[in-house]
Amino acid sequence: MSDPLLRLSGLEPFVLTKDIPFVNVGERTNVTGSAKFRKLITNRDYAAALDVARDQVENGAQIIDINMDEGLIDSRQAMIDFLNLVAAEPDIARVPIMIDSSKWEVIEAGLQCVQGKPVVNSISLKEGEAAFLHHAGLCLAYGAAVVVMAFDEDGQADSFKRKTEICARAYRILTEQVGFPPEDIIFDPNVFAVATGIEEHDNYGVDFIEATRWIRQNLPHCHISGGVSNLSFSFRGNEPVREAMHAVFLYHAIKAGMDMGIVNAGQLAVYDQIEPDLREACEDVVLNRTPANGGSATENLLDIAERFRGAGREERKRDLAWREWSVEKRLEHALVNGITEFVDADTEEARLAAERPLHVIEGPLMDGMNVVGDLFGAGKMFLPQVVKSARVMKQAVAVLLPYMEEEKRLAGGDQRQSAGKVLMATVKGDVHDIGKNIVGVVLACNNYEIIDLGVMVPPQKILEEARAHGVDIIGLSGLITPSLDEMAHLAAEMEREGFDLPLLIGGATTSKVHTAVKISPRYSRNQAIYVTDASRAVGVVSALLSDAQRGAYIEGVRADYAQVAERHERAERAKTRLPLAAARANAMAIDWSDYAVTAPGFTGARVIDDWDLAEIARFIDWTPFFQTWELKGVYPRILDDEKYGAAARNLLDDAQAMLKTLIAEKWFGPRAVVGFWPANRQGDDIRLWADAGRADPLATLHTLRQQTSKRRNSPNTALADFVGPEGVEDWVGGFVVTAGPEEAAIAERFEKAGDDYGAIMVKALADRFAEAMAEMLHQRVRREYWGYAPDEAFAPEELIGEPYRGIRPAPGYPAQPDHTEKLTLFSLLDAEAATGVTLTESMAMWPGSSVSGLYIGHPDAYYFGVAKVERDQAVDYAARKGMPLEEVERWLAPVLNYRPEAAEADAAA
Amino acid sequence: MHSFMLPPADTFDALTRAARERILILDGAMGTMIQTLGLDEDAFRGHGGHSCAIHSDHPQQGNNDLLILTQPQAVEDIHYAFAMAGADIVETNTFSSTIIAQADYAMEDRVHALNAEGARIARRAMDRATAQDGKPRWVAGAVGPTNRTASMSPDVNDPGYRAVTFDDLRRAYGQQVRGLIDGGADLILIETIFDTLNAKAAIFACFEAFAEHGKRLPIMISGTITDASGRTLSGQTPTAFWHSVRHARPFTVGLNCALGADAMRPHLAELAGVADSLICAYPNAGLPNAFGQYDEAPEQTAAKVEVFAREGLVNIVGGCCGTTPDHIAEIAQAVAGHAPRKAGVLADV
Repeated sequence: MSDPLLRLSGLEPFVLTKDIPFVNVGERTNVTGSAKFRKLITNRDYAAALDVARDQVENGAQIIDINMDEGLIDSRQAMIDFLNLVAAEPDIARVPIMIDSSKWEVIEAGLQCVQGKPVVNSISLKEGEAAFLHHAGLCLAYGAAVVVMAFDEDGQADSFKRKTEICARAYRILTEQVGFPPEDIIFDPNVFAVATGIEEHDNYGVDFIEATRWIRQNLPHCHISGGVSNLSFSFRGNEPVREAMHAVFLYHAIKAGMDMGIVNAGQLAVYDQIEPDLREACEDVVLNRTPANGGSATENLLDIAERFRGAGREERKRDLAWREWSVEKRLEHALVNGITEFVDADTEEARLAAERPLHVIEGPLMDGMNVVGDLFGAGKMFLPQVVKSARVMKQAVAVLLPYMEEEKRLAGGDQRQSAGKVLMATVKGDVHDIGKNIVGVVLACNNYEIIDLGVMVPPQKILEEARAHGVDIIGLSGLITPSLDEMAHLAAEMEREGFDLPLLIGGATTSKVHTAVKISPRYSRNQAIYVTDASRAVGVVSALLSDAQRGAYIEGVRADYAQVAERHERAERAKTRLPLAAARANAMAIDWSDYAVTAPGFTGARVIDDWDLAEIARFIDWTPFFQTWELKGVYPRILDDEKYGAAARNLLDDAQAMLKTLIAEKWFGPRAVVGFWPANRQGDDIRLWADAGRADPLATLHTLRQQTSKRRNSPNTALADFVGPEGVEDWVGGFVVTAGPEEAAIAERFEKAGDDYGAIMVKALADRFAEAMAEMLHQRVRREYWGYAPDEAFAPEELIGEPYRGIRPAPGYPAQPDHTEKLTLFSLLDAEAATGVTLTESMAMWPGSSVSGLYIGHPDAYYFGVAKVERDQAVDYAARKGMPLEEVERWLAPVLNYRPEAAEADAAA
Repeated sequence: MHSFMLPPADTFDALTRAARERILILDGAMGTMIQTLGLDEDAFRGHGGHSCAIHSDHPQQGNNDLLILTQPQAVEDIHYAFAMAGADIVETNTFSSTIIAQADYAMEDRVHALNAEGARIARRAMDRATAQDGKPRWVAGAVGPTNRTASMSPDVNDPGYRAVTFDDLRRAYGQQVRGLIDGGADLILIETIFDTLNAKAAIFACFEAFAEHGKRLPIMISGTITDASGRTLSGQTPTAFWHSVRHARPFTVGLNCALGADAMRPHLAELAGVADSLICAYPNAGLPNAFGQYDEAPEQTAAKVEVFAREGLVNIVGGCCGTTPDHIAEIAQAVAGHAPRKAGVLADV
């Protein structure tokens, strides 16, 4: 009678007896797992949402998982509302509820709404023992079973050793310290993706299965659950293979003791009915075996996977009347609308009708891409759509490629003629490449051959590759200010080595003025040309490669740049700059006489690693995301924009879909470090102290002062002005956050699969995550870590307007243009060890989706731009910093209001 | 909140020992006995020489719990009568002593006093009885369901609406339970549960109060099957109900009210078949007649309750609506020859 069995209830009881080998937990009422349910919940269509729940129960779900973790809704309220409604539906409420959220407050709200005995999904040691004890004690007091994730202070367990150690530790704490009934503990030892092409992932299936076996044997009465769909992530889009992988995995995991899982029961293959080749290939991958005929299990499964690819699903139901059209029109339609669903068959049909496979590319496919190009040029299509078109094009070309290779082998030679070769690279020291990739895709769509050298490419390599490939154009990209000098340097090198081809300049910090003033004059044999955005790239490249247009075009650019340079010079001369002493006399005057600020909760650095992707996502500011895709407007208004609205909505849908998956499958491993130090202003610098008594100096943060002549009452500000002078108890903080290094590998997987759209999307989202983390961390700093605004209660969307107290200026940005200040910040935080973020020789942070900065807490602190600095300040700054003037001038080159060589000559004279 | 790591109150041992030896007897209906006193509004308010007069704009007649403050001797005498009739455990007169239920009488500010005094009065009556016959007796602090439901909407057109939240109930019950503990209650009896979510809030409140008290009191949990559907008003089957409250690790689980003993039997049998705590049953004296009165005779009720004992379903029996000291005396006599139900007493009790 009192066997320790898991006993749950809704209106009716559920007991996990020995006769039940596996409990299917219904997953359709999970907003992170079902787009349909998410839409119903965001639209507050609760009647239809209840139908989803009812269907699941009618179809045999023994427990229903309810998850409302969606950035755009109030998850806690949605959980309450939905559970209250479920309680009123006896045909749903009869089964137990699994209350699923990554946020404890949502879970607790759910626990207060169910009369039955539910399951909490999930708690873990992620935030340490104190939080774990607290949550477990509350689960016990509310009368819930718990899913415990194999997650501890050091992160998610991936190996057998870590999985079993963490579960054993959690088990001990729960049973010995909390008095938790062991039969009410369900461990989730983390299902991770296998067959990713990364060797370390190959054993993930075995690790899970063996950990399951160990846990069931050594931790009496507990249970094992897991989210099975993660396993097959690398085969997304190929449902038959995914289903086979899941079935094979479950077959072995259940034998090892897995007795519960979040699975879509309707989409699960029967182990015995899987085609034997496929089953064996899946088994090799899941069990990390060497295939019978050798090679790698992953490669083997990849090879045969295509044979089993069924008709994939497209984004939404559409009118399929266009399927009746001629094959040429169908290909055009698919290209313009970005539909990959039928392109393989249509391309094959066109190939059979064509004399040569090449004619399909030069005929219907290029015709279709020309339509795309025209629509794009006319502003009727937008970047995200063009990138999707490129995906269709790539897929079609992939169909034709084997035939073309065969033809080439037979005939020898005769390759398809591209419209021209463009070499693209992000310059040395810089890691940012989203814009470069977009330009590459757009050009490729227009039949240009792209040679992409990636990021952090040294100038010598760029020139060597350009020569080796005989390229027609070189395109450079960069995001941080030191990249500007790299580009100027490369221009000079091209001149020196006798290159005679156009040099395109693009990226966030580049500008027409900089190109005209600093790059163009160094490269006279041909022309450096600034390209505003990707949509302009095709026009510029085609003009440069057209014999008819080239001459006139370059002449036009030269004339324009000469004017720009001259105007710039005049404007700069006209601006009155103040000598440094005068600027200092007009410093921002803050009255410190009775200023007091809360002391931070700790001093020194602390690693913050309890990041929850779903929570971070709530802090995303979408406006810059749309800018990345060259959709200009403010979110959410842009969604209703007459011109961009439709494209923006589709883009956001795609982004949300990826967001959902990347949260569910934990694509990113965010890390952060934050620190605080006693600090006082010392002239234009900020002195940090090692001790609370402020006797022992720790480091100095140098800041630069505005030297523009200001209107009345407007100060010449430096960041140091916002920090209290000696005698005032003030502090300064610093931080580094990163979305993690994973984005690069994931983007590469997409690229390898011919999905540039996905690759760009994941990078764009990684950038948003890093920014969102910075915003979220700043809020936590204000409320908790520093704690000077404990009661601040701005919602994530309100933070975009920066309504809060304090700033987080970043070295290398307008308020402190000197990137080398990052060295001080990084060493204070030991940031490389803490977060894995490293600095390149140009002081770019790698991975690219990282943000760093200082925290300044004074209510009057604001963001400003230092703008141009004079030589007197550069000299003074170099002395303060203990850095040779030449080096300071090199780092500050973009903001110097003088030409160092000229100044030197003047000084010498 | 690690209630299970708290030491158990001394009561546990003595109660467990007694329950192992014989079927224990719970008292009968306080409300039925109060009705026989025929008290008027003045009497309820305590005017006319009694200890504590109540001044309120709200009529107080029918606020039975208030008699703890206004007619303490009458309440004590009823407890004493049940004790002498054979009850080992009596329930305090605090069924409605929460801010939620007392709001109907605008007596929210008396809630702590009602519970603490209610427990003291019952204790005094038990001590008097024990002085007479030397038998140990226990006071169960009675915690009623309140007049609101946390998992049902009172508005049929708005099924998602709730007139009371878990937290409202948790706070109200917490205040009640602290009062009962202050007054010296030996156990907490969460009874007449028609919405399990209310009971879960009461359990949560007990855990919080026990943590403050530093000791864990035995909890008795008693659900109510309202009709022939065999479910609670909120729709749970007896087994589902047990799964929902098992985390309280109650001293007893059982059923009371709504049904007579014969109609209660199958549901009690289901519960006795799944629960690993002791079983307690205290049915009504049959079903009410056309005038709302219970007219089942003491020996009739006792005969039906004896069936529970004969079938080995129970460890504690008593009476609910309509049961008088005479009923309790008959029941005590009827079950005396039967062994208590053998059950897996929870390991840590």
